[in-house]
Order: sequence, then structure tokens, then C-alpha cells
Amino acid sequence: MYSYIGRRILITIPTLLLVSVFVFILQKLLPGDPILVLAGEERDPEVIAFLREKYRLNDPIPYQYFYWISSVLQGDFGISLRTNQPVLELIKEKLPVTIQLAVMAMIIAFVIGIPTGILSAIKKGTITDYLANIVALSGLSVPNFWLGIMLILLVSVNLGWLPASGYQPLFEDPIKSLQTMIMPAFVLGTALAATLMRHTRSAMLGVLKADYIRTARAKGLFESVVVLKHAFRNALLPIVTLSALLFGELLAGAVLTEQIFTIPGFGKLIVDAVFNRDYAVVQGVVLCTAVGFIFMNLLADVAYLVLNPRLRDQV
Amino acid sequence: MRKLTLAATMAALAVGVAPGISPATAADLRIGLQEDPDVLDPDQSRTFVGRIVYAAVCDKLVDITPDLEIIPQLATGWSWSDDGLTLTMDLREGVTFHDGTPFDAEAVKANIERSKTMPESRRKSELSSIETTQVTGSHQVKFTLASPDATLIAQFADRAGMMLSPTAAAEKGVELGLAPVCSGPFKFVERVQQDRIVLEKFDGYWNKDAIHIDKVTYLPIPDTTVRLANLRAGDLDMLERLAAPDAASVKGDSSLQYAEAVSLGYQGITVNVGNGDRAKNPLGEDPRIRQALELSIDREALNQVVFEGAFKPGNQSFPTTSPWYDKSLPMPARDVEKAKSLLKEAGYDKLEIEVQVANNPVQMQVMQVVQAMAAEAGFDVKIKATEFATLLQEQSAGNYQGSQIGWSGRVDPDGNIHQFMTCKGGINDSKYCNPEIDALLNAARQSTDNAVRKAKYDEARKILSKDLPIIYLYHQTWIWALSEKVEGFAAYPDGMIRLENVKIN
Repeated sequence: MYSYIGRRILITIPTLLLVSVFVFILQKLLPGDPILVLAGEERDPEVIAFLREKYRLNDPIPYQYFYWISSVLQGDFGISLRTNQPVLELIKEKLPVTIQLAVMAMIIAFVIGIPTGILSAIKKGTITDYLANIVALSGLSVPNFWLGIMLILLVSVNLGWLPASGYQPLFEDPIKSLQTMIMPAFVLGTALAATLMRHTRSAMLGVLKADYIRTARAKGLFESVVVLKHAFRNALLPIVTLSALLFGELLAGAVLTEQIFTIPGFGKLIVDAVFNRDYAVVQGVVLCTAVGFIFMNLLADVAYLVLNPRLRDQV
Repeated sequence: MRKLTLAATMAALAVGVAPGISPATAADLRIGLQEDPDVLDPDQSRTFVGRIVYAAVCDKLVDITPDLEIIPQLATGWSWSDDGLTLTMDLREGVTFHDGTPFDAEAVKANIERSKTMPESRRKSELSSIETTQVTGSHQVKFTLASPDATLIAQFADRAGMMLSPTAAAEKGVELGLAPVCSGPFKFVERVQQDRIVLEKFDGYWNKDAIHIDKVTYLPIPDTTVRLANLRAGDLDMLERLAAPDAASVKGDSSLQYAEAVSLGYQGITVNVGNGDRAKNPLGEDPRIRQALELSIDREALNQVVFEGAFKPGNQSFPTTSPWYDKSLPMPARDVEKAKSLLKEAGYDKLEIEVQVANNPVQMQVMQVVQAMAAEAGFDVKIKATEFATLLQEQSAGNYQGSQIGWSGRVDPDGNIHQFMTCKGGINDSKYCNPEIDALLNAARQSTDNAVRKAKYDEARKILSKDLPIIYLYHQTWIWALSEKVEGFAAYPDGMIRLENVKIN
């Protein structure tokens, strides 16, 4: 198993290089000149020429790429054109925020999505199933930004229960941190819960029809044991894959939700960086997100091995 | 059961600990900003919001009154030589920077040098007239100019006049923008990008009796609805740039206060009249067509529809409230028939024009209203929405016919007109060029007599209102919403938040 993981990690290296090339080129294809934005309203030609030189924007694009990637390999991600802060520092600052939001959203998604998925599978065709479906569909159809603003108006402005927005680092003040994060995590979580619920339901439906479930029931096992131990464990595989992908997506930042709740995570960082053509920041964050995504995929594959003994022999 | 526990935990989180959500302590002020500022170095910075933060951190040589009069701040007095080539300034004594460095003539000299010579400096053009800065006393400096420049004093009322600690500037260089060290009423504590900027009261401030706030936190919240919701929820004490459509609801809310000031800037349509091949079209070549376009627009209606009447319609580079506004050329009333006949005179019944606009909802709406109005006069306005970085690039490269863009405005009238209308103006993207205008605007820049200057601007306006390289549409109004607890806030046309005399109860 360890050699399998080792091999998988090796494969990520060319993947990451490819990602870095794509991000770099795509950014260069964007219209809009970062230096014009950066030079300020007056757009002094002297300043423009200096900044172009300073940020090596006069060099041919392949040179620019190699210069950047070799710095990255030495641990230097460059500085933000907009604020002069080192990109690595920005990533270190935002990553915990994004991870906290992602974890909380996933917990909410699991707690809501999986039980309702199981429930609607075993109660297929009943009123419970239909209700669960309606809830799931509305979770999917309600736009994040709308739900977010409604929650702020209701919970913060009218009821005054939670702060409307902002962020508090988890380890500085855990309670305040949870208070500021619970609404955005809920907004993200409910949408994900709907997806999870639908997938859990269909995976469970597939498994519940299998012969060994009939056998388990014939043995006289309790229904709860049949459902949770025999059926659910086998239905878990697609759910694990899906969860890993959903979590990976969350790591890329939840742009709208972060914007509404003013959470200083990756989503807000990258949107601002794209609008300001803050190349180094976009590249750094995308690369970091790609690492996160690949890692989550790797984790999903390892989880497969743990969950499914048959796969262990194949690798 | 598990679900129940979770629900209980969430409820406890929401209700039980709610008193822990602190409304700010007595002298703790939280301000909602529309954007996250850029680098916090007055020499390198370029954003409007950045200047709002400087208003608390960095004192300037001079300041303005709400009526745009220049008043002393770090300079206590100044005088011009008769030929207008030397400016002598007396400096305030007993002032120290946040790091303890004393403020004196040497510090001023170092600051001016930095603004003029640091390669990253965006202040070069503002101070370009200064040839030398001489220290003529421990607290007196003499600026020698290459040519008379009446705008210089007003430049000192903004970023070019902000004084940084020379010790910190020498030590940190370009990185000073990560933690600015000035001599203002508040010193920089920390910044988390896109989250907050925290300042605390500077005990050694020369005018500390006017400061009643202990700590200021600026929170960038880009969504206007959410920014207002934060104010209503008590998470903010004040916010800048309230959306015009929310003005009525804030005015009607007894727990909030409303403040406004017409800005120094403008919004308009810049027409490409000489910037490359794309200027070669009827709109760019024939002033009658630009006049027809102007006549087809009802600026008052535009203001009502898009801004619910909160902004100021305008037809000049200065707002109607400005002493520099030429009253002999008031805003023309909409006249569709005249517009049609002008268009006909130029040889067209219908004319297609393309105007680019930044793809945010407000500016898009502005152009849609213009589009609908102009259509009645025979214009088929194609709106090209692009995001701002692209719009700027196209505009500066001349790849546009019309461009809906604005200018944040300057205290001195020269800043709103010279660089746009003179042949070699640094940001003259329409590439309008008229030697007569050059002569008038250069003369206006050189006189220190306001009556002479006004006459020159008025004369230039007579020509420009026919040539119309920029069709001015409106002047933004800065709108602030404040909690009822905040006292003593004064609205300024430069949109800054000055914290002198501001109290929070």
C-alpha cells in the first residue's frame, strides 16, 4: 500500500507542473494590463516603464515562466503586486480560514446529507422520501448569495444572534470564530448536503437490492444492522469519492459565500487578484489549490483501499 | 439523537453566547470600507480607499476645509515669492512620528525627495514642478520651482503632502507600505489582507485633544447590502459609499445617521477623437455628433433612475457646487429635436456608436439609460461591457470609440482638467489636442490669482463644451451611514473620513 501511495505522489509532480503552465498561460491570455491598473490614475509613463521592468513583464513569456517556477521551487512565490505582501505569507494567512470553512461546511453537509440519503433510500416511494427530495432540491436550487443575505438579515440584523460577517481565527477565540463561521458554513453545507443526499440515496438503493442484503435479512439480523453495517458500508465508495471532490472544490474557495460574509479566504483572495491582474497571487493560490485537490483525491483512493479489501490485492 | 445534540449545540452557539458578540467598547470605532486598500505607502498607493486609511495615520503638510479652502496641518504657514517660483513653508514644531523621530525641515526634504525619486513613486507628476527643496531653518523649507505652479499647495493636501518618518522610510524602503509610519493621530497596528486594518491612538499626537477614539478598525466589505446589514446589526459603527438606492432607508432609520458630500470627481463618456485609427469615425471626427449625443441625454432623469436623485448631474469637469464651475454654461436641457437636426446636418439619420463600460451593475445601468435616451435621437449605442483592467487598457491604447469612465477628482481644479485636455496630458486618452486649450490651461496653472485662473478655465470651457472630448454626465456624491452613537463626523468633498472630533458614545 505504501508503494502505491508513493507512486501516486510521484505522479502528482508532472500534474502540478502542467497546472502551473496552464495557470501561467491562461493569465497571460487575459486582456488587461496589470501595470496600467497598478500605475494609478495618473499612469505616469516613467512609473509604468519601471514597473514593467521590475516585474519582468518585458521578458518573453517562457522566460517569465521559468523565472517564476524556479523561484517557486526555491520556496519564493513572489509578492503581491497590489499590496507588496509576499504571496506565501498570504497563502499561510488564508489557508487556515479556507480549511476551517471547508471542514465546517463538510460536517454540516454530512450531518444533513447522509442520514437523509439513507432514510429516503429505505423509505423509497413514501412521503418521507418525497419530503427529503424536496428539501434536497431546494438546497441545490437556492443560490448561495441569496440564502446568505437572507440569513444575515434574519439572524444578524433582526434577531441579533450572530455577527453579520467577519472572521476570527479559530485558535484566538474559538467561540467567536465558530459564531462568525457557522452561517457561511451552513450556506455552503446545505448546498453540498443536497448533492450528498442524492448520491447516498442512489448508492443505497443499488446496494439494498443486492443478494447479500437479502441473505442478511434472511439471517434475521436487525434492520438497523442490515442498513448501517452491511448496506451503508458498501454504498460508501461513491460517497467517499464525491466527498473528496466536494472538499477539494471547497479548498479552491467559495467565492460568493466568502464575498457575502466577508471571510478572508482563498475565494476572495483569488477574485481580487484576478481583477487586479495580481499574477503572482493568482498563480500561487491556484497552485496551492491544485495541491489540495490532488491530495484529497489521493486521500479518497487510500480510503478506497481501507474500505474495500478486494482492492488491496490489486495494488 | 445525534441530530438533536447538534441542534442543541447550534442553538446554544446562537443564543447562549450571543452577549459575547461585543458591540465595540466605548472608544473603539469600526468602519466599513467598500474595497480593500492597496499598499499602504502614500508614495506607492493609488486607491481611493487607501487614502481613507491615511486620513487617520498620516498627517499632511496642509489640509482642506469642507469648502475646499487650504488650511495648515503640519505646515503652519506659507508664502509665495512674487515670481511664483519659490514657496516658503513654516513647519509645526513639537511634532513626532510614530517611531519617535522628530518632524522637522529635514524630514520634509527627505519626504519630497522620496516622492520624486523613488522609482515606485506614483507622486512624481504631482510634484514635478519642484526643482529643489532647501532646508532654511529647523522648521522651515523652501521649494524652488521650475515654472510657476499654483496647484502645488493643493497637492500637499493629499498623498504628495503626507509625511512619513524618514527613519522608517530609509530602513524599510518600498516595504514601508506593509506597516506605514507617519505622524497622524493613529498608528498602524496590523493588517490582514481583505479582512481588516487596525490602528490605535498615538499618544504623542500634536493635536491629541481632538482625538476621542482609542482604536479604529477598517473592515473591507465590498457588498453594499452586506455592509449596511453589518451597520444595522451593530458590527460596524459607520460605513462609506452607501449605495444611493439605500439612502432613503437609512434616512428613515432613527438608529442611523446619514451624511453626504458632492465629490470632487466626475463620471462621463470619454470620446476617442484622436487616439489612433478608431478615432476615425463620425463620433470621433465630428463635434456636431458629440453635441447631438449630449443633447439626447437627460442627465437629471439619469440621476433619478440610476441613483434615485442622490448624485449631482453635471456638464463640466467641476461639479455645479464648485467655485470653479462656469455658470454661464449651465447644463443643457435634453433636446431630442435639436439632437436629430444636428445629426442630420452631419449627414446621418441613424448612427451606430460603441461605448465601453466597466461591467459592474451601476455603470452598466448608467449606460443602459444613456442608450435608451440616445436611441430616440437616432443613436444606436452598442454597449461593450468589460472589466476595469481591460477597459483601461483599451482606452489607453485607443481601441475604443467611447468609454464610460470617471475621475476621482482633485482639490485643485487643474487636476480635473489639465492632464485630460492638453495635447501632451498624461491621461488624455481621447487625444484631444487644441493649442488654444493648451495655452489657456497652462496659463491657469501658473497664476496664483484665483480670479485670473477662473477666467482662463471659463474661456477653455467655452471651447470644450463645443468640442466635447468628454461628455460629462454626473458627479458622484459620497454617502456615509453612521450609527446614532457616532458624534462629530464631518463630510468632506474628498470623501475622506477625518477622525478629529469624532466621538462614540
